Amino acid sequence: MMKRVIAALLILVLALFIYGNLYSTGEGKLFPKFGNVNLSERVSNKFINKNANGENGVVTYKETKDAESGSANMVTSIVVNYRSFDTLGEVTVLFVSALGVGLLLSGKSRMKFKTPPNFILKAGVRIIAGIILITGVYIFIHGHLTPGGGFPGGSMIASAVLLFYISDDEFRTKVKSFKFLEGTAGSLYLIFGLLGLTMGGYFLYNFLPTGVVGELFSAGIVPIIYIFVGLKVGSELSNLISDFLSEEGK
Amino acid sequence: MQIIEIIVGIVLLIFAFLAIEAKKIINSVIYLSILSMLAVVSFVFMKAPDVAITEAVIGSGLVTAIFIFTLFSIKKVGDKK
Amino acid sequence: MIQYLFIGLILIGIYGLLTQKNLIKLVVALNVLEVGVNLFIISTGYVKDGVAPILFKGVPSTNGTFVDPLPQALVLTAIVIGVGVTALALTVVRKIYEKHGTLNLDEMGSESDD
Repeated sequence: MMKRVIAALLILVLALFIYGNLYSTGEGKLFPKFGNVNLSERVSNKFINKNANGENGVVTYKETKDAESGSANMVTSIVVNYRSFDTLGEVTVLFVSALGVGLLLSGKSRMKFKTPPNFILKAGVRIIAGIILITGVYIFIHGHLTPGGGFPGGSMIASAVLLFYISDDEFRTKVKSFKFLEGTAGSLYLIFGLLGLTMGGYFLYNFLPTGVVGELFSAGIVPIIYIFVGLKVGSELSNLISDFLSEEGK
Repeated sequence: MQIIEIIVGIVLLIFAFLAIEAKKIINSVIYLSILSMLAVVSFVFMKAPDVAITEAVIGSGLVTAIFIFTLFSIKKVGDKK
Repeated sequence: MIQYLFIGLILIGIYGLLTQKNLIKLVVALNVLEVGVNLFIISTGYVKDGVAPILFKGVPSTNGTFVDPLPQALVLTAIVIGVGVTALALTVVRKIYEKHGTLNLDEMGSESDD
Protein backbone atom coordinates (compact mmCIF):
# COMPACT_ATOMS: atom_id res chain seq x y z
CA MET A 1 0.00 0.00 0.00
CA MET A 2 2.80 2.38 0.92
CA LYS A 3 4.49 1.61 -2.38
CA ARG A 4 1.39 2.59 -4.33
CA VAL A 5 1.12 5.94 -2.56
CA ILE A 6 4.76 6.75 -3.25
CA ALA A 7 4.37 5.70 -6.90
CA ALA A 8 1.26 7.86 -7.26
CA LEU A 9 3.09 10.85 -5.77
CA LEU A 10 5.99 10.31 -8.16
CA ILE A 11 3.61 10.14 -11.14
CA LEU A 12 1.86 13.30 -9.92
CA VAL A 13 5.14 15.22 -9.80
CA LEU A 14 6.10 13.92 -13.24
CA ALA A 15 2.67 14.90 -14.61
CA LEU A 16 2.91 18.43 -13.19
CA PHE A 17 6.40 18.81 -14.67
CA ILE A 18 5.39 17.60 -18.14
CA TYR A 19 2.04 19.38 -18.29
CA GLY A 20 3.60 22.63 -17.11
CA ASN A 21 6.39 22.63 -19.67
CA LEU A 22 4.75 21.03 -22.71
CA TYR A 23 3.69 24.17 -24.55
CA SER A 24 6.18 26.62 -23.06
CA THR A 25 7.13 29.41 -25.46
CA GLY A 26 10.35 31.35 -25.92
CA GLU A 27 13.80 29.85 -25.45
CA GLY A 28 12.85 26.38 -24.21
CA LYS A 29 10.14 25.79 -26.80
CA LEU A 30 9.31 22.09 -27.02
CA PHE A 31 6.24 21.36 -29.13
CA PRO A 32 3.79 23.48 -31.11
CA LYS A 33 0.15 23.34 -30.07
CA PHE A 34 -1.84 20.36 -31.40
CA GLY A 35 -2.69 21.02 -35.07
CA ASN A 36 -0.69 24.23 -35.41
CA VAL A 37 2.39 22.67 -36.97
CA ASN A 38 4.22 24.82 -39.50
CA LEU A 39 5.49 22.31 -42.04
CA SER A 40 7.61 24.78 -44.01
CA GLU A 41 10.09 25.05 -41.13
CA ARG A 42 10.47 21.27 -40.75
CA VAL A 43 12.63 18.87 -42.70
CA SER A 44 9.53 16.94 -43.83
CA ASN A 45 8.74 19.76 -46.24
CA LYS A 46 11.62 18.60 -48.42
CA PHE A 47 10.42 15.01 -48.26
CA ILE A 48 6.89 16.05 -49.32
CA ASN A 49 8.07 18.16 -52.26
CA LYS A 50 10.78 15.60 -53.10
CA ASN A 51 13.47 18.28 -53.32
CA ALA A 52 16.04 17.19 -50.73
CA ASN A 53 18.71 17.85 -53.39
CA GLY A 54 17.16 21.21 -54.21
CA GLU A 55 15.29 20.41 -57.42
CA ASN A 56 11.65 20.48 -58.59
CA GLY A 57 9.12 22.28 -56.40
CA VAL A 58 5.64 20.81 -56.75
CA VAL A 59 4.81 17.14 -57.34
CA THR A 60 1.56 16.27 -59.13
CA TYR A 61 -0.06 12.83 -59.27
CA LYS A 62 0.43 10.97 -62.59
CA GLU A 63 2.25 13.95 -64.14
CA THR A 64 5.62 14.46 -62.50
CA LYS A 65 8.33 12.39 -64.16
CA ASP A 66 11.67 11.33 -62.71
CA ALA A 67 11.17 12.82 -59.29
CA GLU A 68 13.78 12.09 -56.61
CA SER A 69 11.74 9.28 -55.13
CA GLY A 70 8.78 8.43 -57.32
CA SER A 71 6.62 6.96 -54.58
CA ALA A 72 3.12 8.41 -54.16
CA ASN A 73 2.99 7.34 -50.51
CA MET A 74 5.31 9.73 -48.69
CA VAL A 75 5.70 7.51 -45.63
CA THR A 76 7.07 4.77 -47.89
CA SER A 77 9.43 7.19 -49.59
CA ILE A 78 10.81 8.18 -46.18
CA VAL A 79 11.03 4.64 -44.79
CA VAL A 80 12.62 2.99 -47.82
CA ASN A 81 14.34 5.81 -49.67
CA TYR A 82 15.36 8.80 -47.57
CA ARG A 83 15.89 6.87 -44.32
CA SER A 84 16.54 3.40 -45.68
CA PHE A 85 19.62 2.87 -43.54
CA ASP A 86 17.43 3.34 -40.48
CA THR A 87 15.10 0.62 -41.76
CA LEU A 88 18.04 -1.72 -42.32
CA GLY A 89 19.02 -1.28 -38.67
CA GLU A 90 15.43 -1.83 -37.58
CA VAL A 91 15.16 -5.08 -39.54
CA THR A 92 18.40 -6.15 -37.86
CA VAL A 93 16.93 -5.47 -34.41
CA LEU A 94 13.90 -7.59 -35.28
CA PHE A 95 16.21 -10.36 -36.50
CA VAL A 96 18.21 -10.28 -33.27
CA SER A 97 15.09 -10.49 -31.10
CA ALA A 98 13.72 -13.40 -33.17
CA LEU A 99 17.12 -15.07 -32.82
CA GLY A 100 16.97 -14.64 -29.04
CA VAL A 101 13.50 -16.18 -28.87
CA GLY A 102 14.66 -19.08 -31.04
CA LEU A 103 17.70 -19.70 -28.86
CA LEU A 104 15.77 -19.64 -25.59
CA LEU A 105 12.72 -21.67 -26.68
CA SER A 106 14.16 -24.37 -28.87
CA GLY A 107 11.70 -27.14 -28.10
CA LYS A 108 11.26 -30.13 -30.35
CA SER A 109 7.60 -31.05 -29.88
CA ARG A 110 4.52 -28.99 -30.59
CA MET A 111 2.43 -27.60 -27.70
CA LYS A 112 -1.08 -29.10 -27.54
CA PHE A 113 -4.13 -27.02 -26.67
CA LYS A 114 -6.53 -28.15 -23.95
CA THR A 115 -9.56 -28.24 -26.25
CA PRO A 116 -9.01 -29.61 -29.78
CA PRO A 117 -10.09 -27.26 -32.62
CA ASN A 118 -13.68 -27.84 -33.70
CA PHE A 119 -15.14 -28.15 -37.20
CA ILE A 120 -16.22 -24.51 -37.62
CA LEU A 121 -12.74 -23.21 -36.82
CA LYS A 122 -11.12 -25.65 -39.26
CA ALA A 123 -13.52 -24.88 -42.13
CA GLY A 124 -13.43 -21.12 -41.49
CA VAL A 125 -9.64 -20.97 -41.44
CA ARG A 126 -9.48 -22.90 -44.71
CA ILE A 127 -11.53 -20.14 -46.37
CA ILE A 128 -10.08 -17.09 -44.61
CA ALA A 129 -6.36 -17.84 -44.50
CA GLY A 130 -5.92 -17.72 -48.26
CA ILE A 131 -7.63 -14.34 -48.45
CA ILE A 132 -5.41 -13.01 -45.67
CA LEU A 133 -2.27 -14.28 -47.41
CA ILE A 134 -3.25 -12.64 -50.72
CA THR A 135 -4.10 -9.37 -48.93
CA GLY A 136 -0.71 -9.37 -47.23
CA VAL A 137 1.12 -9.89 -50.52
CA TYR A 138 -1.01 -7.20 -52.20
CA ILE A 139 -0.25 -4.75 -49.40
CA PHE A 140 3.50 -5.05 -49.67
CA ILE A 141 3.57 -5.03 -53.47
CA HIS A 142 1.50 -1.83 -53.58
CA GLY A 143 3.30 -0.23 -50.63
CA HIS A 144 4.44 2.76 -52.67
CA LEU A 145 0.93 3.65 -53.90
CA THR A 146 -1.52 2.85 -51.10
CA PRO A 147 -1.28 2.79 -47.29
CA GLY A 148 0.61 -0.21 -46.04
CA GLY A 149 3.94 -1.67 -46.98
CA GLY A 150 6.36 -4.35 -45.97
CA PHE A 151 5.82 -4.25 -42.23
CA PRO A 152 2.00 -4.64 -42.13
CA GLY A 153 2.07 -7.03 -45.10
CA GLY A 154 4.61 -9.27 -43.39
CA SER A 155 2.60 -9.22 -40.17
CA MET A 156 -0.52 -10.25 -42.13
CA ILE A 157 1.35 -13.26 -43.54
CA ALA A 158 2.42 -14.14 -40.01
CA SER A 159 -1.17 -13.90 -38.76
CA ALA A 160 -2.28 -16.30 -41.52
CA VAL A 161 0.37 -18.73 -40.28
CA LEU A 162 -0.98 -18.17 -36.75
CA LEU A 163 -4.46 -19.16 -37.96
CA PHE A 164 -3.05 -22.38 -39.45
CA TYR A 165 -1.43 -23.14 -36.11
CA ILE A 166 -4.57 -22.68 -34.01
CA SER A 167 -6.81 -24.59 -36.42
CA ASP A 168 -4.67 -27.71 -36.63
CA ASP A 169 -3.10 -29.51 -33.69
CA GLU A 170 -0.47 -31.21 -35.81
CA PHE A 171 0.53 -28.30 -38.03
CA ARG A 172 4.19 -27.35 -38.03
CA THR A 173 5.82 -25.00 -40.52
CA LYS A 174 8.97 -26.04 -42.27
CA VAL A 175 11.24 -23.92 -40.12
CA LYS A 176 14.24 -24.50 -42.34
CA SER A 177 12.60 -23.01 -45.43
CA PHE A 178 11.49 -19.95 -43.42
CA LYS A 179 15.05 -19.50 -42.18
CA PHE A 180 16.29 -19.72 -45.77
CA LEU A 181 13.71 -17.17 -47.01
CA GLU A 182 14.58 -14.78 -44.19
CA GLY A 183 18.30 -14.99 -44.80
CA THR A 184 17.91 -14.58 -48.57
CA ALA A 185 15.64 -11.54 -48.25
CA GLY A 186 17.97 -9.88 -45.72
CA SER A 187 21.07 -10.45 -47.85
CA LEU A 188 19.30 -9.19 -51.01
CA TYR A 189 18.46 -5.96 -49.14
CA LEU A 190 22.16 -5.55 -48.34
CA ILE A 191 23.17 -6.42 -51.91
CA PHE A 192 20.85 -3.75 -53.33
CA GLY A 193 22.41 -1.26 -50.91
CA LEU A 194 25.89 -2.19 -52.10
CA LEU A 195 24.77 -1.95 -55.76
CA GLY A 196 23.67 1.61 -55.01
CA LEU A 197 27.09 2.26 -53.48
CA THR A 198 28.84 1.17 -56.66
CA MET A 199 26.47 2.92 -59.08
CA GLY A 200 25.50 6.16 -57.35
CA GLY A 201 28.20 6.82 -54.81
CA TYR A 202 26.34 6.20 -51.55
CA PHE A 203 24.78 3.26 -49.74
CA LEU A 204 21.19 2.37 -50.77
CA TYR A 205 21.18 4.89 -53.63
CA ASN A 206 18.03 4.70 -55.78
CA PHE A 207 19.76 3.73 -59.01
CA LEU A 208 16.76 2.59 -61.10
CA PRO A 209 14.67 5.16 -63.07
CA THR A 210 11.84 6.46 -60.88
CA GLY A 211 9.18 6.86 -63.58
CA VAL A 212 5.85 8.67 -63.28
CA VAL A 213 4.52 9.21 -59.76
CA GLY A 214 1.52 6.97 -59.10
CA GLU A 215 2.09 4.10 -61.52
CA LEU A 216 2.76 0.52 -60.42
CA PHE A 217 6.19 0.30 -62.04
CA SER A 218 7.67 3.44 -60.56
CA ALA A 219 9.83 4.62 -57.67
CA GLY A 220 12.94 2.64 -58.65
CA ILE A 221 14.15 0.25 -55.99
CA VAL A 222 11.48 1.24 -53.43
CA PRO A 223 8.93 -1.52 -54.22
CA ILE A 224 11.69 -4.12 -54.65
CA ILE A 225 13.14 -3.38 -51.24
CA TYR A 226 9.69 -3.29 -49.65
CA ILE A 227 9.00 -6.78 -51.04
CA PHE A 228 12.21 -8.02 -49.39
CA VAL A 229 11.26 -6.33 -46.12
CA GLY A 230 7.79 -7.90 -46.28
CA LEU A 231 9.15 -11.40 -46.89
CA LYS A 232 11.73 -10.98 -44.13
CA VAL A 233 9.27 -9.66 -41.54
CA GLY A 234 6.69 -12.31 -42.46
CA SER A 235 9.07 -15.24 -42.16
CA GLU A 236 10.62 -13.84 -38.98
CA LEU A 237 7.30 -13.39 -37.19
CA SER A 238 6.11 -16.84 -38.39
CA ASN A 239 9.26 -18.35 -36.93
CA LEU A 240 8.60 -16.48 -33.69
CA ILE A 241 5.08 -17.93 -33.44
CA SER A 242 6.38 -21.42 -34.18
CA ASP A 243 8.98 -21.01 -31.43
CA PHE A 244 6.33 -19.85 -28.97
CA LEU A 245 4.22 -22.94 -29.64
CA SER A 246 7.04 -25.41 -29.08
CA GLU A 247 7.78 -27.27 -25.87
CA GLU A 248 10.71 -29.00 -24.32
CA GLY A 249 9.87 -32.48 -25.20
CA LYS A 250 10.44 -36.08 -25.76
CA MET B 1 -15.06 15.54 -34.74
CA GLN B 2 -13.06 17.22 -31.98
CA ILE B 3 -15.45 15.90 -29.30
CA ILE B 4 -15.29 12.33 -30.66
CA GLU B 5 -11.50 12.43 -30.54
CA ILE B 6 -11.54 13.49 -26.90
CA ILE B 7 -14.10 10.81 -25.99
CA VAL B 8 -11.89 8.17 -27.63
CA GLY B 9 -8.92 9.54 -25.67
CA ILE B 10 -10.76 9.28 -22.35
CA VAL B 11 -11.88 5.70 -23.12
CA LEU B 12 -8.23 4.93 -23.95
CA LEU B 13 -7.23 6.13 -20.48
CA ILE B 14 -9.96 4.04 -18.82
CA PHE B 15 -8.91 0.86 -20.61
CA ALA B 16 -5.23 1.51 -19.85
CA PHE B 17 -6.10 1.76 -16.15
CA LEU B 18 -8.21 -1.42 -16.34
CA ALA B 19 -5.40 -3.27 -18.14
CA ILE B 20 -3.00 -2.41 -15.35
CA GLU B 21 -5.31 -2.95 -12.39
CA ALA B 22 -7.31 -6.03 -13.53
CA LYS B 23 -7.19 -8.92 -11.07
CA LYS B 24 -6.91 -11.74 -13.63
CA ILE B 25 -4.06 -11.73 -16.13
CA ILE B 26 -6.25 -12.91 -19.01
CA ASN B 27 -8.57 -9.91 -18.51
CA SER B 28 -5.56 -7.65 -18.51
CA VAL B 29 -4.45 -9.03 -21.88
CA ILE B 30 -7.95 -8.59 -23.35
CA TYR B 31 -8.08 -4.98 -22.14
CA LEU B 32 -4.68 -4.41 -23.79
CA SER B 33 -6.14 -5.69 -27.07
CA ILE B 34 -9.12 -3.30 -26.77
CA LEU B 35 -6.67 -0.47 -26.04
CA SER B 36 -4.85 -1.26 -29.28
CA MET B 37 -8.08 -1.18 -31.29
CA LEU B 38 -9.00 2.22 -29.80
CA ALA B 39 -5.49 3.45 -30.59
CA VAL B 40 -6.18 2.47 -34.23
CA VAL B 41 -9.25 4.74 -34.20
CA SER B 42 -7.15 7.54 -32.80
CA PHE B 43 -4.46 7.01 -35.47
CA VAL B 44 -7.10 7.27 -38.19
CA PHE B 45 -8.37 10.53 -36.69
CA MET B 46 -4.83 11.90 -36.89
CA LYS B 47 -4.57 10.94 -40.59
CA ALA B 48 -1.99 8.18 -40.28
CA PRO B 49 -3.38 5.23 -42.29
CA ASP B 50 -0.08 3.35 -42.58
CA VAL B 51 0.40 3.29 -38.82
CA ALA B 52 -3.24 2.37 -38.30
CA ILE B 53 -2.95 -0.73 -40.49
CA THR B 54 0.24 -1.83 -38.76
CA GLU B 55 -1.19 -1.31 -35.29
CA ALA B 56 -4.42 -3.14 -36.21
CA VAL B 57 -2.55 -6.22 -37.43
CA ILE B 58 0.12 -6.30 -34.76
CA GLY B 59 -1.43 -4.78 -31.64
CA SER B 60 -4.66 -6.69 -31.65
CA GLY B 61 -3.58 -9.87 -33.40
CA LEU B 62 -0.02 -10.97 -32.89
CA VAL B 63 0.74 -9.45 -29.47
CA THR B 64 -2.45 -10.86 -27.94
CA ALA B 65 -1.70 -14.27 -29.42
CA ILE B 66 1.83 -14.23 -28.01
CA PHE B 67 0.56 -13.28 -24.55
CA ILE B 68 -2.05 -16.02 -24.58
CA PHE B 69 0.42 -18.67 -25.74
CA THR B 70 2.64 -17.67 -22.83
CA LEU B 71 -0.30 -18.06 -20.46
CA PHE B 72 -1.04 -21.51 -21.95
CA SER B 73 2.50 -22.63 -21.41
CA ILE B 74 2.48 -21.39 -17.84
CA LYS B 75 -0.85 -23.24 -17.19
CA LYS B 76 -1.86 -20.95 -14.36
CA VAL B 77 -4.28 -18.78 -16.31
CA GLY B 78 -5.55 -15.83 -14.33
CA ASP B 79 -4.02 -17.00 -11.07
CA LYS B 80 -2.60 -13.94 -9.42
CA LYS B 81 -1.87 -15.18 -5.94
CA MET C 1 -6.12 18.87 -25.12
CA ILE C 2 -5.85 15.44 -26.76
CA GLN C 3 -2.08 15.44 -26.28
CA TYR C 4 -2.61 15.65 -22.50
CA LEU C 5 -4.61 12.41 -22.69
CA PHE C 6 -1.82 10.65 -24.59
CA ILE C 7 0.73 11.78 -22.00
CA GLY C 8 -1.68 10.45 -19.39
CA LEU C 9 -1.39 7.06 -21.11
CA ILE C 10 2.41 7.23 -20.78
CA LEU C 11 2.08 8.12 -17.09
CA ILE C 12 -0.31 5.19 -16.46
CA GLY C 13 2.25 2.89 -18.08
CA ILE C 14 5.01 4.16 -15.77
CA TYR C 15 2.68 3.76 -12.77
CA GLY C 16 2.08 0.14 -13.75
CA LEU C 17 5.80 -0.51 -14.11
CA LEU C 18 6.37 0.90 -10.61
CA THR C 19 3.57 -0.86 -8.74
CA GLN C 20 2.89 -4.25 -10.32
CA LYS C 21 4.52 -7.42 -8.98
CA ASN C 22 3.40 -9.95 -11.57
CA LEU C 23 5.88 -10.31 -14.44
CA ILE C 24 3.26 -10.57 -17.19
CA LYS C 25 1.55 -7.47 -15.81
CA LEU C 26 4.88 -5.66 -16.14
CA VAL C 27 5.02 -6.58 -19.84
CA VAL C 28 1.41 -5.36 -20.23
CA ALA C 29 2.39 -2.06 -18.61
CA LEU C 30 5.33 -1.78 -21.02
CA ASN C 31 2.89 -2.21 -23.92
CA VAL C 32 0.57 0.49 -22.57
CA LEU C 33 3.57 2.83 -22.30
CA GLU C 34 4.51 2.02 -25.90
CA VAL C 35 1.01 2.76 -27.23
CA GLY C 36 1.04 6.11 -25.41
CA VAL C 37 4.44 7.10 -26.79
CA ASN C 38 3.42 6.14 -30.35
CA LEU C 39 0.20 8.18 -30.13
CA PHE C 40 2.07 11.19 -28.79
CA ILE C 41 4.73 11.08 -31.52
CA ILE C 42 2.02 10.90 -34.22
CA SER C 43 0.17 13.81 -32.63
CA THR C 44 3.21 16.09 -32.92
CA GLY C 45 2.90 15.89 -36.72
CA TYR C 46 -0.82 16.60 -37.06
CA VAL C 47 -1.84 19.62 -39.16
CA LYS C 48 -5.34 21.02 -38.81
CA ASP C 49 -7.51 20.13 -41.86
CA GLY C 50 -4.62 18.16 -43.37
CA VAL C 51 -4.99 15.03 -45.45
CA ALA C 52 -3.10 11.74 -45.16
CA PRO C 53 0.41 11.97 -46.72
CA ILE C 54 -0.42 10.08 -49.92
CA LEU C 55 -0.51 11.77 -53.32
CA PHE C 56 -3.73 11.23 -55.23
CA LYS C 57 -5.65 12.82 -58.05
CA GLY C 58 -5.93 16.60 -57.91
CA VAL C 59 -3.74 17.22 -54.86
CA PRO C 60 -0.39 18.86 -55.61
CA SER C 61 2.15 18.85 -52.82
CA THR C 62 1.89 22.41 -51.59
CA ASN C 63 2.34 23.53 -48.01
CA GLY C 64 -0.35 22.99 -45.44
CA THR C 65 -2.18 20.23 -47.32
CA PHE C 66 -0.55 17.14 -45.85
CA VAL C 67 0.17 16.10 -42.31
CA ASP C 68 3.82 15.55 -41.36
CA PRO C 69 4.93 12.13 -42.73
CA LEU C 70 8.19 11.87 -40.75
CA PRO C 71 6.69 10.90 -37.33
CA GLN C 72 4.51 8.33 -39.08
CA ALA C 73 7.57 6.73 -40.66
CA LEU C 74 9.30 6.57 -37.28
CA VAL C 75 6.27 5.07 -35.50
CA LEU C 76 5.73 2.50 -38.27
CA THR C 77 9.07 0.93 -37.48
CA ALA C 78 8.70 1.42 -33.73
CA ILE C 79 5.54 -0.71 -33.61
CA VAL C 80 7.27 -3.68 -35.25
CA ILE C 81 10.22 -3.29 -32.87
CA GLY C 82 7.67 -3.40 -30.03
CA VAL C 83 6.58 -6.90 -31.05
CA GLY C 84 10.18 -8.06 -30.93
CA VAL C 85 10.69 -6.58 -27.47
CA THR C 86 7.43 -8.07 -26.16
CA ALA C 87 8.24 -11.51 -27.56
CA LEU C 88 11.72 -11.52 -26.05
CA ALA C 89 10.39 -10.34 -22.66
CA LEU C 90 7.71 -13.05 -22.62
CA THR C 91 10.33 -15.66 -23.50
CA VAL C 92 12.38 -14.59 -20.49
CA VAL C 93 9.21 -14.73 -18.36
CA ARG C 94 8.63 -18.33 -19.46
CA LYS C 95 12.18 -19.29 -18.58
CA ILE C 96 11.89 -17.59 -15.16
CA TYR C 97 8.70 -19.54 -14.47
CA GLU C 98 10.39 -22.80 -15.38
CA LYS C 99 13.19 -22.05 -12.92
CA HIS C 100 11.30 -20.56 -9.97
CA GLY C 101 7.76 -21.87 -10.35
CA THR C 102 6.17 -18.48 -9.71
CA LEU C 103 5.53 -15.19 -11.50
CA ASN C 104 5.46 -12.99 -8.43
CA LEU C 105 8.57 -10.94 -7.88
CA ASP C 106 8.27 -11.07 -4.07
CA GLU C 107 8.04 -14.87 -3.84
CA MET C 108 10.97 -15.44 -6.13
CA GLY C 109 13.83 -15.11 -3.66
CA SER C 110 12.26 -17.32 -0.98
CA GLU C 111 11.53 -20.13 -3.45
CA SER C 112 15.14 -20.57 -4.40
CA ASP C 113 16.25 -20.92 -0.75
CA ASP C 114 14.51 -24.27 -0.30
